[in-house]
Amino acid sequence: MSIYRMKLDKDRCIHCKACEVHCKVVNNNPFGIKFGKHTSKGPVLKDGKIVLKASYQCCYHCEDPACVEACPTEAMVRRESDGIVYVIKELCIGCESCVTACPWNIPVLLEEENIIGKCDFCMDRLDAGLQPACVTACTTHALTLERKKTKK
Amino acid sequence: MAMKTKFSVCGMCSVRCPIQVDVQDSKAIRIEGNQFALKGGLCPRGAAGIALEQDPEKPQTPLIRVGARGEGKWKAVSWDEAFDYVADKLKTIMAEHGPRSVLWSDRGGPFPDLPKAFMRGLGSPNYCNHDVACARNVQHGAMSTIGLGRKGVAYDLRNAKHIILQTRNIMEAVNVAEVNATLDGMAGGAKLTVIDIRASVSASKADNFFMIRPGTDYGFNLAVIHTLINENLYNKEYVDQFVEGFEELQSFVQPYTAEWAAEECGVPAESIRDLARQLAAAAPSVIWHPGWMVARYSNSFQVCRTAYIINALLGSIGAKGGLPFVNSPKDVGRKGLKKLVDLFPKPEEKRADGVGWKHPQFDAGPGLVNQAYDAIVTGDPYPIRAYLCWRHDPIMSMPDPAALKKKWEGLDLLVSITFSWSDTAWHSDVVLPLSTYLARESIIAGKSGLKPQFFVRKRVQEPTFDSKADWEIISGLSKRLGLDALVFDRIEDIWNYQLEGTGVTIDDFDAKGFVELADKPLYRPISEAKLPTLSGKIEMVSGKWTQAGHNTLPEYKSPQSPPAGLFRITFGRVAIHTQGHTVNNPLLFELMPENIAWMHTSRAEELGIVNDELIEIVAADGSTGRIKAFVTDCIHPEALFMVHGFGHRLPVESRAFGKGVADNELMPGGLENWDKGGGCISMQEHFVSVRKI
Repeated sequence: MSIYRMKLDKDRCIHCKACEVHCKVVNNNPFGIKFGKHTSKGPVLKDGKIVLKASYQCCYHCEDPACVEACPTEAMVRRESDGIVYVIKELCIGCESCVTACPWNIPVLLEEENIIGKCDFCMDRLDAGLQPACVTACTTHALTLERKKTKK
Repeated sequence: MAMKTKFSVCGMCSVRCPIQVDVQDSKAIRIEGNQFALKGGLCPRGAAGIALEQDPEKPQTPLIRVGARGEGKWKAVSWDEAFDYVADKLKTIMAEHGPRSVLWSDRGGPFPDLPKAFMRGLGSPNYCNHDVACARNVQHGAMSTIGLGRKGVAYDLRNAKHIILQTRNIMEAVNVAEVNATLDGMAGGAKLTVIDIRASVSASKADNFFMIRPGTDYGFNLAVIHTLINENLYNKEYVDQFVEGFEELQSFVQPYTAEWAAEECGVPAESIRDLARQLAAAAPSVIWHPGWMVARYSNSFQVCRTAYIINALLGSIGAKGGLPFVNSPKDVGRKGLKKLVDLFPKPEEKRADGVGWKHPQFDAGPGLVNQAYDAIVTGDPYPIRAYLCWRHDPIMSMPDPAALKKKWEGLDLLVSITFSWSDTAWHSDVVLPLSTYLARESIIAGKSGLKPQFFVRKRVQEPTFDSKADWEIISGLSKRLGLDALVFDRIEDIWNYQLEGTGVTIDDFDAKGFVELADKPLYRPISEAKLPTLSGKIEMVSGKWTQAGHNTLPEYKSPQSPPAGLFRITFGRVAIHTQGHTVNNPLLFELMPENIAWMHTSRAEELGIVNDELIEIVAADGSTGRIKAFVTDCIHPEALFMVHGFGHRLPVESRAFGKGVADNELMPGGLENWDKGGGCISMQEHFVSVRKI
């Protein structure tokens, strides 16, 4: 895994899906393309209480990413310093091998550009000392990007 | 070019959250909440402002109607032509019928000083806002108990120990500061109670959730009052000092026991009593929220009033963690903004909507716009012939669009000033495109609070299309109408006028986007507050309303249950959309393209309807709408619920066109059903049937 972990505080999440919009805006994604997905399940009535379940999925940035392994052009890479898995746009040929290889089908084809897009934890922002857009602008600060302390 | 970050103020919904915008190559590219006020947090609507600015599916130039009203035939004109056209029409109408024949409405908010000044300049008393379809009942609920308007007290959510949400869905209405304060309060141990007819996101966070029968909130509250009084749970010392009419209240509530309410509202008596005990334990740090969008039931005014009464019994009005009094600049030893309305004398003419003379108890500020529409039809007290509708869509936000359009037939001029297409804009004679909040400045706003402040909206980019800012449109019209005092070449001239004598300069806003007028929150004890009620105390029976002939402790009347096979139509909020104008926004449309109809599992089974099935809703006048069913146990069986603002049918909105159903079209005759006590239109007093397709 990368040194980061995206965490959603379920007590603070209000299911507003601002995370998705902030992600789409910062990545300038076309209609239908989301790098971060918020899922609401419910509501259901359980013992007189209302239950509404929230989850947020972007990319897990695996330790040994199948997408990187599958990429024929070395466009999908893992940054050794912090484990972020990202796409070098100039090398990508849009073959979608990574999409098939990923157990969660997280990378997506951006048809207009014929390249793959995916969550890179807003690495430009991280490098500038900021947080990913979804974290910074989460309406209720329910999303946090946790960092492991020991990794070199 | 290097990226710049500029402070501004969101304009998507009524809240006007402080924002900061990343600007690159002179274009806004990303928006987040103001770091100093909201630590970056911003709701999905605010985030989607980028798409609003860029979307070509909005009025791009001034338009003058060439076909029949609503036919959608337009002539694109220059701003000069549009200003000349509107000004000439206004001059002709005013010459014949007087300046009083001009009506204005907007959506209220923090910047009304400029349009109010414009209307004063014209000499018309008929400045209105949208509030008859929103918060008039709570405004008047506040005035009839504490004497102040609803914004005279704050909700000290972060310091509360128990928060009760009734007719208020904080987690889905999403005022960013408010929702965070609520969650912070809860993280600090505050309990949350939600009283609603269905499971909102707020309900999913609640410690106590009461799913009551629609329309019975007043009964529920009376039982809480009964328990607080009869179990001696109220703050006797506070009541003795600051409350007027306690004995009348005490004897009035005697029939309304928890057992009675259990039967009426459909919740256990013991739970109601338990709630009252929990509140007493948390008092005075309790906020029984009196609501915001309360244009719902015939007795909603009483629901709001009893919320204030419960807060008073608990001693929470004026208390930290409760509803402390807000402070104006004057309260903290500062001078407030210089008002633009003071440029002109107040018109002596009485208001067309009857506020101030026919309805002496009501707040004259924004009036009752629906009553002014009646003057178009009847000419009583005098005719209304011109209507300027500013960033307001009455056709979408009020019941029975057909009836509303009929009332407007007598208008010689209907102008819509708008940043998006709307049913009202489409029906207008002239459309003046207002720049989006990203491409316009606004006047400086003052905000009372525990820490009062001034804030300003600045233009973060030039408009993408041929639109203008608020002040530019007012200036353009004023120039042609001889209102020289409102003709400004630069926004800075307005800002400097407003700031005169305040000790604040426009440069002071550069650091944070707002200027605080106090270092720390000021809590003024109720003993020092001067309550502008007739008695000077918190009134259980309103002196002012009594003088106007209204009983403010009226007997509870049980709301009608829907006749066999019918549902009560109800509506509400969702975080993604607001006020009908966001459905066509590309980013928000993608998240939620249509609304769905919530119905209880037992009712769906009776009708043979399954989840996700396309069904037909039939209104009392036979009109229909098609929508998908959401079959759930999380709604009261008497209600059918949908999110407001869908069912658009304008060909210029390619995405929103034909998606979902407009709740307000299911309320035939609804314009006539308004609350004489509180002023709001009672929109949830309609029944619909549902059939399979």
